[in-house]
Amino acid sequence: MIAFSSLANPAVFLRLTQRVLPWLGAASALLSGLGLYLVFFVSPADYQQGETVKIMYIHVPAAWLAMFAYMVMTSASLGVLVWRHPLADAAQKTAATLGAAFTFICLVTGSLWGKPMWGTYWVWDARLTSMLILFLLYLGLIALRQTMEDSPRGARIAAIMTLVGFVDIPIIKFSVDWWNTLHQPASVLRAGGPTIAAAMLWPLLIMALGATALFLALHLMAIRNEILRRRVARLTLQAAAAGEEGGAAELLEPAQ
Amino acid sequence: MGVVFFLVMVSIVPFAIGPDPNLLARIGPAILWIAALLASLLCLDRLFQADLEDGSLDLFHLGRAPLELAVLAKCAAHWVTTGLPLTLAAPFLGLMLQQEETALAAVTLTLLAGTPALTLIGAIGAAATVTLRRGGLLMALLVLPLTIPVLIFGVSAAEAATGGTVSFAAPFAILCAISLGALALCPFAAAAALRSAGE
Repeated sequence: MIAFSSLANPAVFLRLTQRVLPWLGAASALLSGLGLYLVFFVSPADYQQGETVKIMYIHVPAAWLAMFAYMVMTSASLGVLVWRHPLADAAQKTAATLGAAFTFICLVTGSLWGKPMWGTYWVWDARLTSMLILFLLYLGLIALRQTMEDSPRGARIAAIMTLVGFVDIPIIKFSVDWWNTLHQPASVLRAGGPTIAAAMLWPLLIMALGATALFLALHLMAIRNEILRRRVARLTLQAAAAGEEGGAAELLEPAQ
Repeated sequence: MGVVFFLVMVSIVPFAIGPDPNLLARIGPAILWIAALLASLLCLDRLFQADLEDGSLDLFHLGRAPLELAVLAKCAAHWVTTGLPLTLAAPFLGLMLQQEETALAAVTLTLLAGTPALTLIGAIGAAATVTLRRGGLLMALLVLPLTIPVLIFGVSAAEAATGGTVSFAAPFAILCAISLGALALCPFAAAAALRSAGE
Protein backbone atom coordinates (compact mmCIF):
# COMPACT_ATOMS: atom_id res chain seq x y z
CA MET A 1 0.00 0.00 0.00
CA ILE A 2 2.87 2.35 0.85
CA ALA A 3 4.59 1.49 -2.41
CA PHE A 4 1.35 2.04 -4.27
CA SER A 5 0.63 5.44 -2.75
CA SER A 6 4.18 6.57 -3.44
CA LEU A 7 3.36 6.16 -7.14
CA ALA A 8 0.92 9.03 -6.74
CA ASN A 9 3.73 11.38 -5.72
CA PRO A 10 4.19 13.67 -8.75
CA ALA A 11 7.99 13.55 -8.61
CA VAL A 12 8.02 9.74 -8.47
CA PHE A 13 5.38 9.68 -11.19
CA LEU A 14 7.53 11.87 -13.45
CA ARG A 15 10.59 9.64 -12.91
CA LEU A 16 8.68 6.39 -13.43
CA THR A 17 6.77 7.49 -16.51
CA GLN A 18 9.97 8.72 -18.09
CA ARG A 19 11.19 5.14 -17.96
CA VAL A 20 7.89 3.54 -18.99
CA LEU A 21 6.96 5.90 -21.82
CA PRO A 22 9.52 4.75 -24.45
CA TRP A 23 8.39 1.14 -23.94
CA LEU A 24 4.74 2.08 -24.25
CA GLY A 25 5.42 4.12 -27.37
CA ALA A 26 7.42 1.28 -28.91
CA ALA A 27 4.71 -1.24 -28.01
CA SER A 28 2.09 0.98 -29.59
CA ALA A 29 4.14 1.46 -32.77
CA LEU A 30 4.95 -2.27 -33.03
CA LEU A 31 1.41 -3.48 -32.36
CA SER A 32 -0.20 -0.92 -34.64
CA GLY A 33 2.39 -1.66 -37.36
CA LEU A 34 1.84 -5.41 -37.06
CA GLY A 35 -1.91 -4.87 -36.90
CA LEU A 36 -1.97 -2.69 -40.01
CA TYR A 37 0.19 -5.23 -41.88
CA LEU A 38 -2.23 -7.99 -40.94
CA VAL A 39 -5.20 -5.82 -41.86
CA PHE A 40 -3.97 -4.90 -45.31
CA PHE A 41 -2.06 -7.99 -46.44
CA VAL A 42 -3.27 -10.99 -44.43
CA SER A 43 -6.86 -10.60 -43.29
CA PRO A 44 -9.46 -11.50 -45.90
CA ALA A 45 -12.00 -9.11 -47.39
CA ASP A 46 -15.54 -9.69 -46.21
CA TYR A 47 -17.74 -11.74 -48.54
CA GLN A 48 -20.43 -9.06 -48.40
CA GLN A 49 -18.66 -5.84 -47.56
CA GLY A 50 -15.52 -6.32 -49.62
CA GLU A 51 -12.53 -4.19 -48.68
CA THR A 52 -14.58 -1.63 -46.73
CA VAL A 53 -14.59 -4.04 -43.79
CA LYS A 54 -11.05 -2.80 -43.10
CA ILE A 55 -12.51 0.42 -41.70
CA MET A 56 -13.57 -1.77 -38.78
CA TYR A 57 -9.97 -2.15 -37.59
CA ILE A 58 -9.82 1.60 -36.88
CA HIS A 59 -13.47 2.15 -35.99
CA VAL A 60 -13.88 -0.52 -33.33
CA PRO A 61 -10.67 0.21 -31.35
CA ALA A 62 -11.53 3.93 -31.45
CA ALA A 63 -14.99 3.20 -30.08
CA TRP A 64 -13.59 0.99 -27.32
CA LEU A 65 -11.06 3.64 -26.35
CA ALA A 66 -13.66 6.40 -26.42
CA MET A 67 -15.49 4.51 -23.67
CA PHE A 68 -12.25 3.42 -21.97
CA ALA A 69 -11.18 7.07 -21.73
CA TYR A 70 -14.46 7.92 -20.02
CA MET A 71 -13.93 5.06 -17.56
CA VAL A 72 -10.44 6.42 -16.84
CA MET A 73 -11.96 9.87 -16.31
CA THR A 74 -14.60 8.44 -13.99
CA SER A 75 -12.08 6.60 -11.84
CA ALA A 76 -9.86 9.70 -11.80
CA SER A 77 -12.89 11.71 -10.71
CA LEU A 78 -13.41 9.34 -7.80
CA GLY A 79 -9.75 9.95 -6.95
CA VAL A 80 -10.36 13.69 -7.03
CA LEU A 81 -13.48 13.53 -4.87
CA VAL A 82 -12.35 10.93 -2.35
CA TRP A 83 -8.61 11.55 -1.96
CA ARG A 84 -8.45 15.06 -3.46
CA HIS A 85 -5.28 14.07 -5.25
CA PRO A 86 -3.76 16.55 -7.73
CA LEU A 87 -2.49 13.72 -9.94
CA ALA A 88 -6.03 12.34 -10.32
CA ASP A 89 -7.09 15.84 -11.27
CA ALA A 90 -4.42 16.02 -13.99
CA ALA A 91 -5.45 12.57 -15.24
CA GLN A 92 -9.13 13.57 -15.37
CA LYS A 93 -8.39 16.81 -17.19
CA THR A 94 -6.12 15.33 -19.86
CA ALA A 95 -8.21 12.23 -20.55
CA ALA A 96 -11.11 14.41 -21.71
CA THR A 97 -9.28 15.72 -24.78
CA LEU A 98 -8.02 12.25 -25.72
CA GLY A 99 -11.46 10.74 -25.22
CA ALA A 100 -13.02 13.41 -27.39
CA ALA A 101 -10.44 12.72 -30.11
CA PHE A 102 -11.11 8.96 -30.09
CA THR A 103 -14.87 9.54 -30.08
CA PHE A 104 -14.46 11.85 -33.06
CA ILE A 105 -12.38 9.24 -34.93
CA CYS A 106 -15.02 6.63 -34.13
CA LEU A 107 -17.85 8.84 -35.41
CA VAL A 108 -16.01 9.84 -38.60
CA THR A 109 -14.85 6.33 -39.53
CA GLY A 110 -18.27 4.96 -38.70
CA SER A 111 -19.87 7.55 -40.93
CA LEU A 112 -17.48 6.78 -43.80
CA TRP A 113 -18.19 3.08 -43.35
CA GLY A 114 -21.92 3.72 -43.18
CA LYS A 115 -22.07 5.39 -46.58
CA PRO A 116 -21.11 2.33 -48.69
CA MET A 117 -22.77 -0.20 -46.35
CA TRP A 118 -25.97 1.45 -45.15
CA GLY A 119 -26.27 3.99 -47.95
CA THR A 120 -26.10 6.96 -45.61
CA TYR A 121 -23.49 8.84 -43.63
CA TRP A 122 -25.68 9.18 -40.58
CA VAL A 123 -28.80 7.63 -39.12
CA TRP A 124 -30.38 8.45 -35.77
CA ASP A 125 -29.69 4.96 -34.57
CA ALA A 126 -29.43 4.33 -30.81
CA ARG A 127 -25.73 3.44 -30.87
CA LEU A 128 -24.76 6.37 -33.08
CA THR A 129 -26.83 8.82 -31.08
CA SER A 130 -25.50 7.71 -27.71
CA MET A 131 -21.95 7.96 -29.09
CA LEU A 132 -22.71 11.49 -30.30
CA ILE A 133 -23.97 12.32 -26.81
CA LEU A 134 -20.68 11.00 -25.41
CA PHE A 135 -18.86 13.38 -27.76
CA LEU A 136 -21.02 16.27 -26.55
CA LEU A 137 -20.33 15.29 -22.93
CA TYR A 138 -16.58 15.36 -23.61
CA LEU A 139 -16.88 18.79 -25.24
CA GLY A 140 -18.91 20.11 -22.30
CA LEU A 141 -16.35 18.81 -19.80
CA ILE A 142 -13.46 20.32 -21.78
CA ALA A 143 -15.29 23.66 -21.89
CA LEU A 144 -15.94 23.44 -18.14
CA ARG A 145 -12.25 22.80 -17.44
CA GLN A 146 -11.20 25.67 -19.67
CA THR A 147 -13.56 28.08 -17.93
CA MET A 148 -12.56 27.06 -14.42
CA GLU A 149 -9.04 28.12 -13.58
CA ASP A 150 -6.64 25.49 -12.24
CA SER A 151 -8.19 25.29 -8.81
CA PRO A 152 -9.09 22.32 -6.62
CA ARG A 153 -12.62 23.71 -6.81
CA GLY A 154 -12.75 23.45 -10.59
CA ALA A 155 -11.32 19.94 -10.39
CA ARG A 156 -14.02 18.75 -8.00
CA ILE A 157 -16.86 20.32 -9.97
CA ALA A 158 -15.56 18.74 -13.19
CA ALA A 159 -15.31 15.43 -11.33
CA ILE A 160 -18.94 15.65 -10.22
CA MET A 161 -20.06 16.42 -13.77
CA THR A 162 -17.98 13.48 -15.04
CA LEU A 163 -19.72 11.13 -12.61
CA VAL A 164 -23.13 12.47 -13.65
CA GLY A 165 -22.29 11.94 -17.33
CA PHE A 166 -21.33 8.32 -16.67
CA VAL A 167 -24.98 7.33 -17.21
CA ASP A 168 -24.24 7.44 -20.94
CA ILE A 169 -21.64 4.63 -20.86
CA PRO A 170 -24.01 1.73 -20.05
CA ILE A 171 -26.48 3.23 -22.51
CA ILE A 172 -23.86 3.07 -25.28
CA LYS A 173 -22.86 -0.48 -24.33
CA PHE A 174 -26.39 -1.86 -24.24
CA SER A 175 -28.00 0.41 -26.86
CA VAL A 176 -27.64 -2.29 -29.53
CA ASP A 177 -29.45 -4.80 -27.30
CA TRP A 178 -32.19 -2.49 -26.04
CA TRP A 179 -33.13 -0.89 -29.35
CA ASN A 180 -33.11 -3.11 -32.40
CA THR A 181 -31.91 -0.59 -34.97
CA LEU A 182 -29.36 -0.37 -37.77
CA HIS A 183 -26.08 -0.75 -35.89
CA GLN A 184 -25.12 -4.40 -35.46
CA PRO A 185 -25.07 -5.95 -31.96
CA ALA A 186 -21.86 -6.81 -30.12
CA SER A 187 -19.81 -9.50 -31.86
CA VAL A 188 -16.57 -9.60 -29.86
CA LEU A 189 -17.31 -8.97 -26.18
CA ARG A 190 -20.44 -11.04 -25.82
CA ALA A 191 -21.66 -13.98 -23.76
CA GLY A 192 -20.95 -17.21 -25.62
CA GLY A 193 -17.74 -16.05 -27.30
CA PRO A 194 -17.05 -13.86 -30.32
CA THR A 195 -19.01 -14.46 -33.51
CA ILE A 196 -16.36 -12.88 -35.71
CA ALA A 197 -14.03 -15.06 -37.78
CA ALA A 198 -10.59 -15.67 -36.26
CA ALA A 199 -8.82 -14.25 -39.33
CA MET A 200 -10.50 -10.94 -38.61
CA LEU A 201 -10.55 -11.18 -34.81
CA TRP A 202 -6.77 -11.39 -34.39
CA PRO A 203 -5.90 -8.26 -36.38
CA LEU A 204 -8.73 -6.46 -34.58
CA LEU A 205 -7.41 -7.43 -31.15
CA ILE A 206 -3.86 -6.46 -32.09
CA MET A 207 -5.07 -3.10 -33.40
CA ALA A 208 -7.06 -2.61 -30.20
CA LEU A 209 -3.99 -3.36 -28.07
CA GLY A 210 -1.91 -0.98 -30.16
CA ALA A 211 -4.51 1.76 -29.83
CA THR A 212 -4.74 1.16 -26.07
CA ALA A 213 -0.97 1.46 -25.76
CA LEU A 214 -1.19 4.67 -27.82
CA PHE A 215 -3.86 6.04 -25.52
CA LEU A 216 -1.87 5.15 -22.40
CA ALA A 217 1.31 6.69 -23.81
CA LEU A 218 -0.46 9.89 -24.87
CA HIS A 219 -2.29 10.08 -21.56
CA LEU A 220 0.89 9.67 -19.52
CA MET A 221 2.61 12.31 -21.66
CA ALA A 222 -0.32 14.67 -21.20
CA ILE A 223 -0.29 14.15 -17.43
CA ARG A 224 3.46 14.85 -17.38
CA ASN A 225 2.86 18.02 -19.38
CA GLU A 226 0.11 19.06 -17.01
CA ILE A 227 2.33 18.55 -13.94
CA LEU A 228 5.18 20.48 -15.53
CA ARG A 229 2.83 23.23 -16.71
CA ARG A 230 1.48 23.69 -13.20
CA ARG A 231 4.98 23.69 -11.77
CA VAL A 232 6.02 26.40 -14.24
CA ALA A 233 2.92 28.44 -13.42
CA ARG A 234 3.63 28.13 -9.69
CA LEU A 235 7.29 29.07 -10.07
CA THR A 236 6.39 32.03 -12.26
CA LEU A 237 4.00 33.22 -9.58
CA GLN A 238 6.69 32.79 -6.93
CA ALA A 239 9.17 34.69 -9.03
CA ALA A 240 6.67 37.45 -9.63
CA ALA A 241 5.97 37.59 -5.92
CA ALA A 242 9.70 37.89 -5.25
CA GLY A 243 9.62 40.85 -7.60
CA GLU A 244 12.68 39.93 -9.60
CA GLU A 245 12.51 39.64 -13.35
CA GLY A 246 15.85 37.84 -13.52
CA GLY A 247 14.86 35.53 -10.72
CA ALA A 248 12.22 33.84 -12.84
CA ALA A 249 14.68 32.25 -15.20
CA GLU A 250 16.80 31.05 -12.29
CA LEU A 251 13.84 29.50 -10.55
CA LEU A 252 12.65 27.77 -13.68
CA GLU A 253 15.97 25.97 -14.15
CA PRO A 254 15.58 23.26 -11.48
CA ALA A 255 12.11 22.45 -12.77
CA GLN A 256 13.37 21.04 -16.02
CA MET B 1 -40.31 35.05 -18.11
CA GLY B 2 -40.09 31.39 -18.97
CA VAL B 3 -43.68 31.29 -20.19
CA VAL B 4 -43.15 34.34 -22.41
CA PHE B 5 -40.09 32.70 -23.93
CA PHE B 6 -42.15 29.53 -24.41
CA LEU B 7 -44.82 31.54 -26.25
CA VAL B 8 -42.25 33.27 -28.47
CA MET B 9 -40.46 29.99 -29.26
CA VAL B 10 -43.68 28.24 -30.24
CA SER B 11 -44.90 31.15 -32.32
CA ILE B 12 -41.70 31.55 -34.36
CA VAL B 13 -41.69 27.89 -35.42
CA PRO B 14 -44.57 28.24 -37.94
CA PHE B 15 -42.68 31.16 -39.52
CA ALA B 16 -39.73 28.89 -40.12
CA ILE B 17 -41.51 25.73 -41.32
CA GLY B 18 -44.67 27.25 -42.79
CA PRO B 19 -48.24 27.26 -41.45
CA ASP B 20 -49.31 23.90 -42.95
CA PRO B 21 -51.84 22.49 -40.40
CA ASN B 22 -51.04 18.82 -41.08
CA LEU B 23 -47.33 19.31 -40.59
CA LEU B 24 -47.89 21.38 -37.44
CA ALA B 25 -50.22 18.76 -36.03
CA ARG B 26 -47.61 16.08 -36.62
CA ILE B 27 -44.60 17.85 -35.12
CA GLY B 28 -46.52 19.88 -32.53
CA PRO B 29 -45.60 17.75 -29.48
CA ALA B 30 -41.93 17.89 -30.44
CA ILE B 31 -42.03 21.68 -30.80
CA LEU B 32 -43.75 22.08 -27.44
CA TRP B 33 -41.20 19.83 -25.76
CA ILE B 34 -38.16 21.57 -27.25
CA ALA B 35 -39.60 24.97 -26.35
CA ALA B 36 -40.31 23.81 -22.79
CA LEU B 37 -36.78 22.40 -22.47
CA LEU B 38 -35.15 25.64 -23.62
CA ALA B 39 -37.49 27.80 -21.56
CA SER B 40 -36.79 25.90 -18.35
CA LEU B 41 -33.06 25.96 -19.11
CA LEU B 42 -33.17 29.73 -19.66
CA CYS B 43 -34.38 30.37 -16.12
CA LEU B 44 -32.01 27.89 -14.48
CA ASP B 45 -28.72 29.78 -14.53
CA ARG B 46 -29.94 32.16 -11.81
CA LEU B 47 -31.11 29.28 -9.60
CA PHE B 48 -28.17 29.52 -7.19
CA GLN B 49 -26.38 32.64 -8.43
CA ALA B 50 -28.62 35.14 -6.63
CA ASP B 51 -28.10 33.17 -3.42
CA LEU B 52 -24.35 33.21 -3.90
CA GLU B 53 -24.35 36.97 -4.42
CA ASP B 54 -26.42 37.90 -1.36
CA GLY B 55 -24.80 35.31 0.89
CA SER B 56 -27.82 33.05 1.41
CA LEU B 57 -25.80 30.15 0.02
CA ASP B 58 -23.37 30.42 2.95
CA LEU B 59 -26.30 30.33 5.32
CA PHE B 60 -27.57 27.17 3.61
CA HIS B 61 -24.11 25.69 4.14
CA LEU B 62 -24.08 26.59 7.83
CA GLY B 63 -27.73 25.86 8.54
CA ARG B 64 -28.93 22.87 10.48
CA ALA B 65 -30.90 21.47 7.54
CA PRO B 66 -28.71 19.54 5.08
CA LEU B 67 -27.71 21.37 1.89
CA GLU B 68 -29.44 18.67 -0.16
CA LEU B 69 -32.75 19.69 1.38
CA ALA B 70 -32.14 23.34 0.53
CA VAL B 71 -31.35 22.32 -3.07
CA LEU B 72 -34.53 20.27 -3.21
CA ALA B 73 -36.55 23.23 -1.93
CA LYS B 74 -34.93 25.54 -4.48
CA CYS B 75 -35.74 23.04 -7.25
CA ALA B 76 -39.33 22.76 -6.08
CA ALA B 77 -39.65 26.54 -6.09
CA HIS B 78 -38.10 26.73 -9.55
CA TRP B 79 -40.48 24.09 -10.86
CA VAL B 80 -43.52 25.89 -9.42
CA THR B 81 -42.44 29.14 -11.07
CA THR B 82 -41.24 27.68 -14.39
CA GLY B 83 -42.22 24.06 -15.03
CA LEU B 84 -45.77 24.37 -13.79
CA PRO B 85 -46.62 27.56 -15.79
CA LEU B 86 -45.13 25.92 -18.88
CA THR B 87 -47.35 22.90 -18.34
CA LEU B 88 -50.40 25.08 -17.83
CA ALA B 89 -49.64 27.13 -20.95
CA ALA B 90 -49.00 24.06 -23.11
CA PRO B 91 -52.69 23.25 -23.94
CA PHE B 92 -53.26 26.80 -25.25
CA LEU B 93 -50.10 26.83 -27.33
CA GLY B 94 -50.98 23.31 -28.48
CA LEU B 95 -54.22 24.71 -29.90
CA MET B 96 -52.17 27.15 -31.97
CA LEU B 97 -50.23 24.15 -33.29
CA GLN B 98 -53.41 22.40 -34.45
CA GLN B 99 -53.37 19.66 -31.80
CA GLU B 100 -56.46 17.56 -31.15
CA GLU B 101 -57.93 17.04 -27.68
CA THR B 102 -56.19 13.75 -26.96
CA ALA B 103 -52.88 15.14 -28.16
CA LEU B 104 -53.34 18.23 -26.00
CA ALA B 105 -54.03 16.13 -22.93
CA ALA B 106 -51.10 13.84 -23.68
CA VAL B 107 -48.60 16.68 -24.19
CA THR B 108 -49.76 18.41 -21.01
CA LEU B 109 -49.51 15.20 -19.03
CA THR B 110 -46.02 14.40 -20.32
CA LEU B 111 -44.85 17.94 -19.57
CA LEU B 112 -46.27 17.65 -16.06
CA ALA B 113 -44.33 14.42 -15.55
CA GLY B 114 -41.16 15.51 -17.36
CA THR B 115 -40.48 19.12 -16.36
CA PRO B 116 -39.44 18.17 -12.79
CA ALA B 117 -36.66 16.06 -14.31
CA LEU B 118 -35.57 19.03 -16.46
CA THR B 119 -35.39 21.26 -13.38
CA LEU B 120 -33.54 18.69 -11.27
CA ILE B 121 -30.99 17.76 -13.93
CA GLY B 122 -30.51 21.43 -14.71
CA ALA B 123 -29.86 22.14 -11.04
CA ILE B 124 -26.64 20.11 -11.26
CA GLY B 125 -25.43 22.30 -14.12
CA ALA B 126 -26.54 25.45 -12.32
CA ALA B 127 -24.65 24.38 -9.19
CA ALA B 128 -21.52 23.49 -11.18
CA THR B 129 -21.39 26.86 -12.93
CA VAL B 130 -22.57 28.99 -9.99
CA THR B 131 -19.30 30.88 -9.55
CA LEU B 132 -18.82 31.70 -13.23
CA ARG B 133 -19.88 35.13 -14.36
CA ARG B 134 -21.36 34.00 -17.66
CA GLY B 135 -22.15 30.43 -16.80
CA GLY B 136 -25.39 30.23 -18.77
CA LEU B 137 -23.92 29.05 -22.05
CA LEU B 138 -21.61 26.55 -20.38
CA MET B 139 -24.50 25.29 -18.27
CA ALA B 140 -26.57 24.67 -21.40
CA LEU B 141 -23.63 22.79 -22.92
CA LEU B 142 -23.36 20.57 -19.84
CA VAL B 143 -27.04 20.01 -19.21
CA LEU B 144 -28.56 19.59 -22.69
CA PRO B 145 -26.91 16.21 -23.46
CA LEU B 146 -28.18 14.88 -20.13
CA THR B 147 -31.76 15.94 -20.82
CA ILE B 148 -31.99 14.02 -24.11
CA PRO B 149 -33.60 10.91 -22.51
CA VAL B 150 -36.34 13.10 -21.00
CA LEU B 151 -36.96 14.64 -24.40
CA ILE B 152 -37.04 11.26 -26.18
CA PHE B 153 -39.54 9.65 -23.83
CA GLY B 154 -41.62 12.80 -23.40
CA VAL B 155 -42.10 13.25 -27.12
CA SER B 156 -42.60 9.56 -27.84
CA ALA B 157 -45.26 9.30 -25.14
CA ALA B 158 -47.05 12.38 -26.48
CA GLU B 159 -46.96 11.04 -30.01
CA ALA B 160 -48.02 7.54 -28.97
CA ALA B 161 -51.25 8.97 -27.56
CA THR B 162 -52.44 10.09 -30.99
CA GLY B 163 -51.83 6.78 -32.67
CA GLY B 164 -48.68 4.83 -33.24
CA THR B 165 -47.23 1.42 -32.76
CA VAL B 166 -46.46 1.72 -29.04
CA SER B 167 -48.91 2.34 -26.24
CA PHE B 168 -48.92 5.61 -24.32
CA ALA B 169 -48.24 3.90 -20.99
CA ALA B 170 -44.79 2.45 -21.76
CA PRO B 171 -42.85 5.64 -22.64
CA PHE B 172 -44.88 7.58 -20.07
CA ALA B 173 -43.87 5.16 -17.31
CA ILE B 174 -40.21 5.53 -18.30
CA LEU B 175 -40.61 9.33 -18.26
CA CYS B 176 -42.04 9.16 -14.74
CA ALA B 177 -39.19 6.84 -13.74
CA ILE B 178 -36.62 9.33 -15.04
CA SER B 179 -38.29 12.12 -13.05
CA LEU B 180 -38.38 10.05 -9.87
CA GLY B 181 -34.78 8.92 -10.33
CA ALA B 182 -33.73 12.55 -10.85
CA LEU B 183 -35.66 13.50 -7.72
CA ALA B 184 -33.75 10.92 -5.73
CA LEU B 185 -30.24 11.51 -7.11
CA CYS B 186 -29.88 15.03 -8.49
CA PRO B 187 -30.13 16.97 -5.18
CA PHE B 188 -27.07 15.07 -3.93
CA ALA B 189 -25.01 15.82 -7.04
CA ALA B 190 -26.08 19.48 -7.06
CA ALA B 191 -25.32 19.86 -3.35
CA ALA B 192 -21.90 18.26 -3.85
CA ALA B 193 -21.17 20.73 -6.66
CA LEU B 194 -22.34 23.63 -4.48
CA ARG B 195 -20.09 22.51 -1.61
CA SER B 196 -17.12 22.43 -3.98
CA ALA B 197 -18.05 25.86 -5.32
CA GLY B 198 -18.35 27.30 -1.82
CA GLU B 199 -14.82 26.35 -0.78
